[in-house]
Amino acid sequence: MDRREPLDRIKSRRDSALSALVSGVPYLTWLGIRFDRRGDELTAILPYDEKLIGNPLLPALHGGVTAAFLETTAIIELAWAAMWEDMESGRAVPDAAVAIHPPRLPKTIDFTVDYLRSGLPRDAYARARVVRSGRRYASVQVEAWQDNRSRLLAQATGHFLMPQG
Amino acid sequence: MAEDTGMADSDQTRIAQQFIEAIPHARALGMRVDALGAGAATISMPWAEHLVGDPRSGVVHGGVVSALMDTCCGAAVMSHPSGPGSTATIDLRIDYMRSATRGQRITARAECYHLTRTVAFVRAVALDEDEGNPVAAATGAFTVER
Repeated sequence: MDRREPLDRIKSRRDSALSALVSGVPYLTWLGIRFDRRGDELTAILPYDEKLIGNPLLPALHGGVTAAFLETTAIIELAWAAMWEDMESGRAVPDAAVAIHPPRLPKTIDFTVDYLRSGLPRDAYARARVVRSGRRYASVQVEAWQDNRSRLLAQATGHFLMPQG
Repeated sequence: MAEDTGMADSDQTRIAQQFIEAIPHARALGMRVDALGAGAATISMPWAEHLVGDPRSGVVHGGVVSALMDTCCGAAVMSHPSGPGSTATIDLRIDYMRSATRGQRITARAECYHLTRTVAFVRAVALDEDEGNPVAAATGAFTVER
């Protein structure tokens, strides 16, 4: 780590690496998912849209949307955590402008979602925690909420196969 | 009773298609009800570029499979002969066995194999055109509201 590295360069390196990770996935763009970064901490944001509704009478978000949001958050967090060291040491600097080589993403082995509340027609947020990440397999826990951080919309755990090579 | 089944099945499938089309997210994914009745459902959807989760392979995102499985499981519960008033997912586990082939339609088949007064237990598989080789399997518990 270079303590004297200019702050704007650090921020732009991290933001462009994150953007390269997210912008390469068409489905994330379609759902409208964005990531907010504070240091290495990521918060996924799912802005409300009418097409995300699964129950028009309540109305409530589609359970599949909630699952997709949690799974996406887990995959991006895992890929982000895995590339952090390389990115910070300057060994690998993914660049959104260079779309020829989109970063390799972990593959989902299994994913289990607990639905705790019905999703309101509002923005949703999620954070993932890598519980264990080995060379081949990783286990990730994710939580999603809406208005109150302590009132979870859903939680999930999943296992992932890390990209090799 | 048996003579009515064919008629009731197609009737129920038509009503179910209208029901599915009233769900904005199911409509956005282009879901189609292929069969429905007696606690079992078959729902399919087309592959599309904007649903891709891995740009290197063109494979649809796992979340898309989740949405299809969840909808199909919910439909299976609703079609149970005991006639639940409504249902919501309690939990859903999906095992991803292989990547769905780029460009192929994805079909989910769900079966509500046990139902109590308050809970429905459901299992499902997701298939592409290689039907003997499932893409994903799911098991879930759903609420039953009378």
